[in-house]
Amino acid sequence: MLSYILRKLGVIIPTFFGVTLVAFVFIRLLPGDPVLLMAGERGMSDERHAAMMAEFGYDKPILVQYGIYLKDLFSGDFGTSIITKQPVLKEFFTLFPATMELSVVAIFIAVAVGLPAGMIAATKRRSFFDHAVMTGALTGYSMPIFWWGLLLIIFFSGILGWTPVSGRISLLYYFEPVTGFMLIDSLLSGQAGAFRSALSHLILPSVVLATIPLAVIARQTRSAMLEVLSMDYVRTAKAKGLGHGRVIGMHALRNAMIPVITVIGLQVGVLFAGAILTETIFSWPGIGKWMVDSIFRRDYPSVQGGLLLIAAMVMIVNLVVDVLYGFINPQIRHTD
Amino acid sequence: MRKTKMLLAAVCGASLLTVGAIGAQAKTLVYCSEGSPEGFNPAFYTAGTTFDASSRQIFNKLVEFERGTTNIAPALAETWDISEDGTEYTFHLRKGVKFHTTEGFTPTRDFNADDVVFSFMRQFDKDHPYHKVSGGSYEYFNGMSMPDLLKDVKKVDDYTVKFILNRPEAPMIANLGMDFASIHSAEYADQMMDAGTPEQVDLKPVGTGPFQLVNYQKDAVIRYKAHPDYWAGKAALDNLVFAITPDASVRYQKLKAGECHVMPYPNPADVAAMKKDSEIKVLEQEGLNVGYMAYNTKIAPFDNVRVRKALNKAINKQAILDAVFQGAGKIAKNPIPPTIWSYNEAVEDDTYEPEVAKKMLEEEGVTNLKMKVWAMPVQRPYNPNARRMAELIQADMAEIGVEAEIVSYEWGEYLKRSKDVNRDGAVLLGWTGDNGDPDNFLAVLLGCDGVGGSNRAQWCHQPFEDLIQKAKVVSDKAERTRLYEQAQVVFKEQAPWATIAHSVVFKPVRKEVVDFKIDPFGGHIFYGVDLK
Repeated sequence: MLSYILRKLGVIIPTFFGVTLVAFVFIRLLPGDPVLLMAGERGMSDERHAAMMAEFGYDKPILVQYGIYLKDLFSGDFGTSIITKQPVLKEFFTLFPATMELSVVAIFIAVAVGLPAGMIAATKRRSFFDHAVMTGALTGYSMPIFWWGLLLIIFFSGILGWTPVSGRISLLYYFEPVTGFMLIDSLLSGQAGAFRSALSHLILPSVVLATIPLAVIARQTRSAMLEVLSMDYVRTAKAKGLGHGRVIGMHALRNAMIPVITVIGLQVGVLFAGAILTETIFSWPGIGKWMVDSIFRRDYPSVQGGLLLIAAMVMIVNLVVDVLYGFINPQIRHTD
Repeated sequence: MRKTKMLLAAVCGASLLTVGAIGAQAKTLVYCSEGSPEGFNPAFYTAGTTFDASSRQIFNKLVEFERGTTNIAPALAETWDISEDGTEYTFHLRKGVKFHTTEGFTPTRDFNADDVVFSFMRQFDKDHPYHKVSGGSYEYFNGMSMPDLLKDVKKVDDYTVKFILNRPEAPMIANLGMDFASIHSAEYADQMMDAGTPEQVDLKPVGTGPFQLVNYQKDAVIRYKAHPDYWAGKAALDNLVFAITPDASVRYQKLKAGECHVMPYPNPADVAAMKKDSEIKVLEQEGLNVGYMAYNTKIAPFDNVRVRKALNKAINKQAILDAVFQGAGKIAKNPIPPTIWSYNEAVEDDTYEPEVAKKMLEEEGVTNLKMKVWAMPVQRPYNPNARRMAELIQADMAEIGVEAEIVSYEWGEYLKRSKDVNRDGAVLLGWTGDNGDPDNFLAVLLGCDGVGGSNRAQWCHQPFEDLIQKAKVVSDKAERTRLYEQAQVVFKEQAPWATIAHSVVFKPVRKEVVDFKIDPFGGHIFYGVDLK
């Protein structure tokens, strides 16, 4: 198992370097530079433009800039935002818990609903439930997040008044963040009602963010289950007289889980992408919106650092998924 | 309705928990702002969102604009004298002004001349110990040409400061009312420098303004409390909360649900519904901006004033207003907005007469004209949809036999390329005023110095230039008004631009908000505002 994990780590390290290069080059490929955008319609003289570019070190050849960036990176310096003048790492980790909290709850909803829905749809193939799940999944998958989010806000917050419109917690509550996770911090604060408020603020954004992964997981579980259910060993298990629950739970589900876990792992990347829109709609102070703002302003250090850190998170999740495969199916860790 | 009232009551009551206001009647106003500030030192930035969160609540300037107008009024300076040659401005400072007391700083003295000298010399003097702190790029200070204009800022005595200029500059006073001219505490700066943490001055601001910063959570919330010793009297609001809400539709839902009292930048499509809502008042005013299309007057046939006039007559501005501004605009006839003093009402706009336009072009021997129309890639208050505007202009041009091709570039590139003296085509662009002075529009956008830069029409017309240069050095406002009115007449005759529109700003506020005034500069000022 250890060598399996080491092999996986061996792939991650060059990938990480690849990401540093992509992140570095990508933002510089976009036309326009941060100094010009900062000046806007007001403009600035060519001399001042050159002086500011030199101040940020953007007048140096791109390879030299990349070298400096890598050198700083190895000493743990992710750079300083040219807009807010704050260290990128500090900004990232101030905002990251909000995205993490939203994503964890969203993936929990997606798995908790998507997995059983897919399983039941597979075991009750062509039933009303099956059709309903598949239609719902297709609809969820095709739903533009922005529109879906606004629709939920207008209905549940505007018309019914059941949920708050946006934000992470009611303005009633104020406490210094300890972990950055509002659900935990609200409990730690000891303020009556704070946890409930944080939870109620999480409902709509996490449902919106969970929608697409939920649809994908339900569809994937259903098709994986259908495939496994037609296998000989399932028929054998049934022939041996095993109960329906045991056949599904022990034999079918365990084998169907491999593609499902792959999909769940991949959905982590999708979640970060979805978080950009979800965070904007729900005024959720996470890294999604921060990244978009940074790209629009050509805040090179923030984009580079942000992309790298997000990529690192996704790689770690995928490593965990790979390790999980190994546990679920020993064949994989021996043959991969 | 009941729920709404309960929620706002709860938020007001929340001030007891949140920012420690005293008494059961603490008033908290929640403003659903559109974004996070870039920082809290207004000298570094140019964005209105940043100024709303910093200079407009936390700081004061020597002079300030009367709320809701572009008129200059005394603030930290009670009076000022201008030398005969217009190069020396002596400010007599207000006494008894207190800085905020915060967790990290307790002032031991009142505001005085040292604070003024510190605030300006930090930006002006490259060797000042604070010049490079926090990155030290002073965009507006540079953008308003202050390094060229200023010779020195001197303390005469504790309550007198002298600004010495290299040349007379009538808009100087208006410049000092701008956000970059906010006054910081020199005592706080010295303390932080001694402690080895000078950047704290920019992160945890200390000013003399009506509100002081309590807490900021990026992209979430900013909390302020009223400055108890504010020199003009404590604010009627005890607490001010900015609930950062980037999406306009969500801001509207929050306003409806009673989760905020004031919201900026509504979707034009929502305004009609807002006006019908009995819980919401929609304030409106023309913005301090102008959207225009600048011809390149250096290139034939646009160097011919009759050709430019003909093209102006071909543009159906009302159709643009309906389709692009959806009612949130007003036709522009002058290069300055009506909210600025010296706006010339008497100027007559070019009428929409495509047939006449066609004939004028024929008379000038211009046939089969092909031109480019540049469409900005971004949304701006003075032009919410440049692409659509360009398409409408393209259709108008086709009516008179002119073939217009629409081009666009990434925003930074657009701004850069459109400055080129040899640029091919007419550029859609606009301007939002900085200091309420006509010079800030007329000299910046149409002066000879701006050719190859901010003067996108590349237009240098001596009679116009003489008028605006004269107005720059005269300090008498009546005389300046007369000169600028004449300049607008010359502009209209020469038509270097097709003036398109000024935006109309809508500001929805809940009905319990009292005395909120739209700021012509686009700011949100909460001193003077109360809650019923």
